[in-house]
Amino acid sequence: MIKLLESISIFPVLLTLAAFRVGQLCQQKWKKPIFNPTLIGMILVIAFLLATGMNADGYSAEMGKMSWLMTPASICVAIPMYELFQILQKSLKAILAGVCAGALSCMLVIAAVGLLLEFEQSILISLLPKSVTTAIGVSLSELFGGMGGVTTAVIIVTGIAGNMMGPMLCKLFGITDEVAQGVAFGTAAHVIGTAKANELSQLTGAASSLSLVVAGLLTAVFMPMIAGFL
Amino acid sequence: MKYLTQFLRITGFTLVGELLQRLIPLPIPASVYGLVLLFAALCLGVIKLEQVKDAAGFLISILPILFVSPAVGILENWGMIRSAVIPMFLLALLSTITTFAIAGRITQSLRKKEEDHDQAA
Repeated sequence: MIKLLESISIFPVLLTLAAFRVGQLCQQKWKKPIFNPTLIGMILVIAFLLATGMNADGYSAEMGKMSWLMTPASICVAIPMYELFQILQKSLKAILAGVCAGALSCMLVIAAVGLLLEFEQSILISLLPKSVTTAIGVSLSELFGGMGGVTTAVIIVTGIAGNMMGPMLCKLFGITDEVAQGVAFGTAAHVIGTAKANELSQLTGAASSLSLVVAGLLTAVFMPMIAGFL
Repeated sequence: MKYLTQFLRITGFTLVGELLQRLIPLPIPASVYGLVLLFAALCLGVIKLEQVKDAAGFLISILPILFVSPAVGILENWGMIRSAVIPMFLLALLSTITTFAIAGRITQSLRKKEEDHDQAA
C-alpha cells in the first residue's frame, strides 16, 4: 500500500495539505500560538513518514517541485510593506533604527554565544536568520551553507516564544509605546509575533508587520559580514 | 483573468530577482531583490497596488503551507543537530529576548525624543 502511494506524485501534496489543515483546526480551536499550523503540519508529516516507513527523500523530492512558488510568494510581502510605509510615515526613522539595532544585535548574540559553545558552523549559520520571516530566513540560511529544515524549525519556535513572552517582556523592559512594542514583536518574532501585536492594537500590529519585513531585508544585508567571521 | 495578469506581473518580478541573484556576485537571495524591486515599483508608481494586490494576497496566504516541507527537512539533519538541540533552542530563546528588548527600547527612546522635540518647537 505504501509502495503504491509512493508512486503517486500528488500524495505528498495531499499529505502536506491535510497535515497543515489539521494544524489550522487545532489553532482555531485552542487559539494558542503553540498550535502553529506549519509546526503541527511538520510534526504530522514526520510522524506519518516514520510510522509508515515511506521514503522521506521521495517526499522531499516531490514537494521540492513546488518550491518555485516560494520566491514569488515571498516577493509579495512588498505589498503590505508599501501600504504600511504610508501609514507609519511619521515614525519611520524611529522604527528603522529600532529594527536595525534589533536585527544586528540578534545575529551578534547568536554568533558570540554560538562560538562560545563551539557549535558546528552549519548549525550557527542555520541559527543566524532565526528572527526573520521564513520567506527570507530559509534562503539566507541555505545560501551560506546552513540547513533549511533546521532554520525553518528554529524560526517557528522563535516566533511562538516571542508571541507568548512578548507582553511579559514589554512590562519587564518598560516598553509602553505602541509603535515600539510593534517593532519589538516584528523584529524579534516575525509573523507569529505580529499575530500577538495585532491583538494589542492596530498601530502595534502595523508597526510589527512593517518591522518584520525590514528586519528580513537588513538581516540579508548583515548576514555576509557576520557569517564571514565564523 | 484578473488573477492571471496579476500573477504574470509577480512572476516577472521573480524572474528579474532570480536574474539579479545570478548576475550580481553577492550572497543575496532572489526573493530579497524581487521584494525591493516590487516595493520600489510601487513607490515610484510604475505599478499600482490594484495591479498585484489580489494575487499577492493569495500567495502570501499560502506561504505557511509552503514551509511545511522544508521544515520536514529537519529529519535529514537530525543526526547532525541531535546533540546540540537543547542549547540551540535555548540560544534562540535568549536572542529573541535580547532582540525584543533592544528593538523596542531604541524605537521607544527615539519616539520620545521626537515628541519632546515637536513639543519644544
